[in-house]
Formats: sequence, C-alpha cells, structure tokens
Amino acid sequence: MTAVADFARPPILELRALRKSYNIGTPIEAEVLHGIDLTISRGEFVALIGPSGSGKSTLLNVIGLLEPMTSGDYILAGQSVAALDDAALTLCRGNTLGFVFQFHHLLPAFTALENVLMPSLIRSGTFSASERARGLELLSRVGLREAANKKPGQLSGGMQQRVAIARALARNSPLVLADEPTGNLDTHSADEVFALMRQFNLEEGTTFLIVTHDPRLAARCDRIVELVDGQIRRPASWTGTDS
Amino acid sequence: MPTIGFALTVAVRFLREGRFQSLLIIVGVAVGVGVVTYISALIDGLQGNTIRRTLGTQAHIVVKQIEERAVPSLRAADSNIAREIQPRAQRTRSIDNWRAMMAEMQSTPNVVAATPIAAGAGLAVRGEASRSISLVGIELEGYDRIVALREKVVGGIARVAPGEAMIGLQLAQDLGVGLGERIVIRTGGEASDNYKIIGIFDLGSRELNRRQVYVSLKSAQSLLNIPGGVTNIYASVSDLFGARETAQRLKARTGYEIESWMESNAQLLSALNAQSISTGIIRGFTAIVVMLGIASVLVVSVVQKRKEIGILRAMGATRWQMTQVFLMQGAIVGLIGSVLGVLFAHLLILLFMTFARGGDGQPLFVIALQWQLSLKVAVIATICGVLAAATPARRAAQLDPAQAIRL
Ligand SMILES: Nc1ncnc2c1ncn2[C@@H]1O[C@H](COP(=O)(O)OP(=O)(O)OP(=O)(O)O)[C@@H](O)[C@H]1O
Ligand SMILES: [Mg+2]
Repeated sequence: MTAVADFARPPILELRALRKSYNIGTPIEAEVLHGIDLTISRGEFVALIGPSGSGKSTLLNVIGLLEPMTSGDYILAGQSVAALDDAALTLCRGNTLGFVFQFHHLLPAFTALENVLMPSLIRSGTFSASERARGLELLSRVGLREAANKKPGQLSGGMQQRVAIARALARNSPLVLADEPTGNLDTHSADEVFALMRQFNLEEGTTFLIVTHDPRLAARCDRIVELVDGQIRRPASWTGTDS
Repeated sequence: MPTIGFALTVAVRFLREGRFQSLLIIVGVAVGVGVVTYISALIDGLQGNTIRRTLGTQAHIVVKQIEERAVPSLRAADSNIAREIQPRAQRTRSIDNWRAMMAEMQSTPNVVAATPIAAGAGLAVRGEASRSISLVGIELEGYDRIVALREKVVGGIARVAPGEAMIGLQLAQDLGVGLGERIVIRTGGEASDNYKIIGIFDLGSRELNRRQVYVSLKSAQSLLNIPGGVTNIYASVSDLFGARETAQRLKARTGYEIESWMESNAQLLSALNAQSISTGIIRGFTAIVVMLGIASVLVVSVVQKRKEIGILRAMGATRWQMTQVFLMQGAIVGLIGSVLGVLFAHLLILLFMTFARGGDGQPLFVIALQWQLSLKVAVIATICGVLAAATPARRAAQLDPAQAIRL
C-alpha cells in the first residue's frame, strides 16, 4: 500500500494567500512569504524543503502560531486564527501543536522525563501520576526509558532529539512541526529520529510537517512541499513510501 | 486555569540552575534583612528602655489643681498702666470634688488605676541639717500600682503609717539619718511634725532621691493645711501612647487641668520620634538597595533564559505564566533571604547581649526580637522581592517566542 496524501481526510491546516513581512513600517520592511496556499490533511507526513533563506522557518513559525501573519487566511484544526488574541493563540498552540527544533531545545534544568511532561505541567500545574506514566511510556517508545531521570546535558544530540519528539507528542497534539530536526545529527542518529517520527505518524495518526535539507529523508515522506523565494513551487514529486 | 504549580516548579529550577547568582542575591537579601531587623529590634529595645525608665517614677496622667491667675481689673489695651501682670504666689490648693473626679477617671477607658496625692514643698530637718524636700502624701496601695514604689525600696519596708516617712538614698545621706531614726518635716513655717524613717528607696535618679519624701495622705494633708483635700490625682493607662488622647478627653469633659506624660516629656518624645524617622530611612534605603539587587540579577536571568522562555511559550505557556515564573523567583529569594536574615539578626542580638554589657556586668538593655517583627519582616521582604521582580517578569512575558527560539 502506498500512503499517498489522502484528500478525503479533513484538513488539519489550510493556508490561503498567506503573506508575511518583517519590520513592517520601517525602511527595511521585507516580505518573506508572498501568498502561500497550502492544505495539509490529518495524518499526513509532509516534508518542507527549499534553499536557505526561502522562508521555511518563517512559514513554520507562522503555522506554529509563534509569529503573526501579515495577511491571508489560516485555519488550524477547523478554527480561523487570524482574529485570536495572544492568550487564545497560546491556548490553541498548547492544545494543537508540538514542536521539534533543530538545536534540541530541551530545558537544561529539568530531567528528560520532566521535559516530556512540561506541556502537562504548563497546563495543569502538576505532574499527575497518569501523565507521568504516559511520559515514561513515550520515553520507552523513543528508546530512552533508562534516561528518564537524566538531565539533557548528559544525553547525546540524537537522544535529546528523541526526547524532544516524545515531548512534542506528550499531549497528543494532532500536528507536530519540526524545523530541521535531524540537521544537527550524524546520519545514523538522523535516520533513527526520522524513523521515530514516521512510526508515531503511522501508529497514532499524528500529522507531521518537517523542514529538512536532506533529500534522502524528504523522499521518504508522503508529500514534499518546496518553498522557493517565499512561494510554493508546483509539487515537485509524489513519492510514496512502501515499507 | 493553570495553577501556580507551574510557576513554582519552574522558578525553583531556574534558581537552582543559576546557583552562584541565586546564592549571591539570597545572601544579599539576608544581610539587608538581618541588619534592618537588628536595628529595628535595637531601637525598639532602646526606646522601650528609655520610656520605661522615664515612666518608672511618673504617673501616665496627672490631674493638677487649677492655677490661680491674677486677673487685671483693667483691660490692657485700654490703659497704659499695668501691662505686666505678675504671677501670684501659689498657695497649696486642693482639687475640688476630687473623689468624684477619681471615680470619673476610673471609669474612663484606657485608665488602669488612679490614686490621690497631696504634695507640696517642705523642709526636712534633723539637728543642724535641713534640706528642702517635696513632700508627697500617698495611699501606698494605689500609689504602688502606678509607680511601683515597693520595688524601689532598698532599705526597711514600704509603709506610710501615721508618723512614718520614706525617704530617698541621697536625702538619708545628706541628713545623716538611718532607718528607725527621726526627722522633722516642716511646711510653710507653721506646721511641723516628727517622722520616723521606715523605708529608704532608690528611684533611679539622684535628684528624686534627694527631694522626694513619702508620708501618708493624711499626714500630708495636715502638713499642707488642706484637710481632706488632694493636690493631684495620678493615673496609669494601658496604652502608653494613647495617654495624651485620654488626658485630653478627660480634660474636655471635666474642665480640670490634666496632663499626660507625653506633654511633660515632649522633648524626650520628639527625640525618640527623630530616632524612629532615622531608622525608617535606613530601612527604606536598605529595602531599595536589596530590591535593586534582586531586580538586576533577575534581569540578567531573563536574558540568559531567553531560549527556555521561548520553548515554554511554544509549548503553551502564557505570557502571564512567564510573568509568574519570575515574580515567583523574586518571592522565593525574598522569603528565603528574609528567613536567613532573621536568623542572622538573632545572632547579632545574641552577640550584643553577650558583649555589650554595662559596668555592672548586666546587658546595657534587653533587646528581644519578637516573632511578630520577624513575621512582618519576612512578609515585607517577600513583597519587596515580588515588586523587584516586576520589571524582569514583564520583560520575560514580552519576549517574542519566535525570536527566542531562532537564536
Ligand atoms: N525576525 C526577522 N526579521 C527580519 N527578517 C527575517 C527575520 N527572520 C527571518 N528573516 C528573513 O526572512 C527570510 C527567510 O528566513 P527563514 O529563516 O525563514 O529561511 P529558511 O528557509 O528557514 O532558511 P534556512 O534554511 O537557512 O534555515 C530570510 O531572508 C531572513 O533574513
Ligand atoms: Mg530555517
């Protein structure tokens, strides 16, 4: 079976004519995204590629509600986000989105398990027993059950990135955004991390949008979106994955 | 609604992570709090001691006889005759209706006890020697409740039966009399009587020990020629610093001449007041310095933790939650610092009590650090910590998560 993009499934996000400028109203105002139209269905596993400076991180930040768009429509999990205030955006972010960053952004003062549980702590103020169990289970699934009580400083880059993946999935967020999650890893670790994301995508139906410079990994995604100079190029390839 | 569990957990971790910085600022708070607490306790002790000493031989409220004034028969403006009016020589007068006044006082709030006094000038004579004295006729029970005379007796006993007198250490020396011996007390030339020394006291002041002579109320009345009358009513109050108000209220209601210790010791009070203002200034400036210290450390911490703040925001922490994290750090630093500071103050006080001793080997005065003061200090320091953290906390909240993460 080929897991091709399935347009029968409801979209997790829809972007229409999305534009993003920086330094608005100053002499150095610059538009980085020039009208993006993009729809991603629930359960898709999408690669976002493109040359450096093409706006991939910017697009991911806008999708991740970390930065406001300048104009256009953005519907995330059925909700238009354009009119939301900071508190509502934060809530929406916490409920819907998980992040994996290039430079394994873990909190150094907390153990691996606590990092995984952090989204729950933010939400409820405590680490409840059931959440703790779920955190340990997630760590087991990324192969780090033993490292649960270690601080990030004691873990390798690949291990930290696996913890970050477990964290992104801790609250069952339907959409995980990953900005060059393997960019800082050796090939072997990169493959491991990628395989883990793919595994969660297949087992839990989590949608992934992954920025990568690695064509080998991009080729293993359901779909590749290519960004060039702030615009999406006609779909470059429709590569299925078998195994 | 997210609870403060998040803020508390993250604040504690952030502080533990920044070991040296956190330690430094907590020590800073502790020293500031310790010194302020110590000074406060010291000044309180000093002032309490001064007031206790002053009031040891004074009534809190004194009712006096109204002074007779010479009233000019012509209005001064109309004539150029008698511009200067000489005060009349006062003769000893009794307070009108003093029993009713006593009852009135005893039923006044804040007044604890009241006692009648018949006092006037006199001369104590023994053989060749004579000394001018102030003769005080008392009812021992009532008087003792106000001035604690019994405690001050250093020889003999406290008693003022007819024909008995109590005199001070200095007067006994000056006249060369001892217990059981007799002196003659003379007033205004005519009246004189023979008294046996039954007790010798030390009022803590040479002047008073030289002048004060206690006899029974009756004896004094007859010596001063005011049969059945009294010259003053002494009263004590429970709220010392409410004495002025109580006296004024009584005065307004009864029309008697009434003075509280606060008027008769106005200079002392203003000196104490100046002292309190100075310590207030010291406290204020210490608080400002400590708060600046906390704020500067937390501002640096916000800069250092930009990335972490960005991550937390990306994971769904609200601006308010980030604000709370830093306010909480301020509170924790203030609280821990003040607890250590209070312990430090206890140590300083212990040192003071051990080493600052007078010639007699007794501590100069007693300072006690009341737990209420400690609690107050801790609460204030915690609030100061939170206030100091306000600016850093706002910065943390305003941090743009996308910017922070891109770094
Ligand atoms: N905060 C900002 N202010 C101004 N310009 C910015 C800002 N962030 C990004 N840009 C600009 O937007 C453009 C796109 O940057 P972006 O980081 O999105 O590219 P990218 O595709 O992720 O590149 P890379 O592959 O190198 O990570 C760049 O020209 C960059 O200089
Ligand atoms: Mg980028």
